Amino acid sequence: MTLDDAPKMRWWNRLAHPGQFVSWTTPLILPLTILTAALMALGLWFAFFNSPADYQMGDTVRIMYVHVPSAWLSQFVYGAMTVSALGTLVWRHPLADVAMKAAAPLGAVYTAMALFTGSMWGRPTWGTFWEWDGRMTSTLIMLFIYLGIIALWRAFDDQLRAARVVAIFTLVGAVNVPIIKFSVDWWSTLHQPASVFRADGPTMPGSILTPLFIMFFAFTFLSITLQLVAMHTEVRRRRVATLERKAVRGESA
Amino acid sequence: MSGFLGIVRRDLRLALTGGGEMMTLLLFFVIVGAITPFAVGPDQALLARIAPGIVWIAAFLAMLLGLDRLLRPDREDGTLALYRLADLPMAAIIAAKVIVYWLTSALPLIVASPFLALILAMDAEAFWRTMVSLLLGTPALAAFGTFGAAVTVAIRRGGLLAPILIAPLCVPVLIFGVGAIAPMGGPDQAQAAMLLLAALSLMAVALAPFAAALAIDWGEE
Amino acid sequence: MIDLGEHAQFIAAAYIGVFLGMIALVGWVVVESRRTRKRLAELGDKRG
Repeated sequence: MTLDDAPKMRWWNRLAHPGQFVSWTTPLILPLTILTAALMALGLWFAFFNSPADYQMGDTVRIMYVHVPSAWLSQFVYGAMTVSALGTLVWRHPLADVAMKAAAPLGAVYTAMALFTGSMWGRPTWGTFWEWDGRMTSTLIMLFIYLGIIALWRAFDDQLRAARVVAIFTLVGAVNVPIIKFSVDWWSTLHQPASVFRADGPTMPGSILTPLFIMFFAFTFLSITLQLVAMHTEVRRRRVATLERKAVRGESA
Repeated sequence: MSGFLGIVRRDLRLALTGGGEMMTLLLFFVIVGAITPFAVGPDQALLARIAPGIVWIAAFLAMLLGLDRLLRPDREDGTLALYRLADLPMAAIIAAKVIVYWLTSALPLIVASPFLALILAMDAEAFWRTMVSLLLGTPALAAFGTFGAAVTVAIRRGGLLAPILIAPLCVPVLIFGVGAIAPMGGPDQAQAAMLLLAALSLMAVALAPFAAALAIDWGEE
Repeated sequence: MIDLGEHAQFIAAAYIGVFLGMIALVGWVVVESRRTRKRLAELGDKRG
């Protein structure tokens, strides 16, 4: 096989080497950070200075601009973890478990933010800080799943062994999430209180959609940036563990 | 088949002769139900209303209690390593364990449920539905529980973590389990809940052994 | 914007909460990153 007939490497193969991955993606971090900051600033400006209050909900609709992106991100990150879990188990991609591990704390925080902002939104609009409606309840369960996954990672000494176990748990969780959502919705419609707690928000004229979309992208890019940095840290952390093990055994790096 | 039955017989013998753990589980179930009136007051109407939930919570907690003896003793004495090398597929071994787990943890609870129904002021109608609901739903709890035990078997003190991992997965079982006894929406809801519960159990029992087998293999490597 | 209506405290709380959450997240990611790189340098790894 000469250089000419050697098969062309796909990008995911090029990125499979952890060291390569870190060096190739490091230049992306600064631009991503700037983009995130710009989008956040823009989104905040629109949210507070350039969008109307809702005719039904008043100014509290502005909470939606942080609530909806948080909730979206909490689901999206779990989806990314599920794909990474498949990458670990099915395709054995070396960086899939790094991605999966880096994502978990981020997803947990987004879920917590979604719950908190939802609670802040609920209090003025529907009179209570917490309501056991379908969406809030499912999000709460999602938080428990995230925290369980983080605890599972920490319970293993050997993170490489942990990777596949966490992956299968993540997948089982992913399969169960629709079931949980369905059952929680069924349950909450049975126990429907007098007030209907709808986190959908108002019908959306363009002036409200704009800050929503901007914040949506701002949050997404924040997540991507943090995910990247966290992945670099995890790669380095594993390198540290290897070097420490070697040092203990008295070998040279 | 003989290997499968062999595992069933072995685990049954271990559970039944090994120091009265079944009795402990049973007592725990009854005690959780029995202390409820002390916590919420002896008002019959209130107790009757929350009884289905209490019974299911007690069942869930009791089954969590039985989790640690499912796989950890096998790992500690080396049996798990032998199982991994055996001809019988790991999934089949786990399936055998799920069955024994159900027989030794859930069945006693179902048998003890009349007593709970009595002290929690359930009427006869609700009581029968409770029995059926437990019968249909505890297999799912057993399956999810076994999966949780398998994921945490290789971890020191994993027994503390397993309930946390299992609880979110078991929420639908609790929802449909209670819904099958005392639905707010009327009798057809009970029917729907029963069917959903049965479906959940079937699915969980069918798939959990495979997921658990993978978790054990990968945790050990 | 200035007048956020009668529920201003909740709007403020929501945004402050999110802001603090993000600061904490970013802070944690950055601190972990620095700590790991320092440890790696201590162990003599030139690849960084």
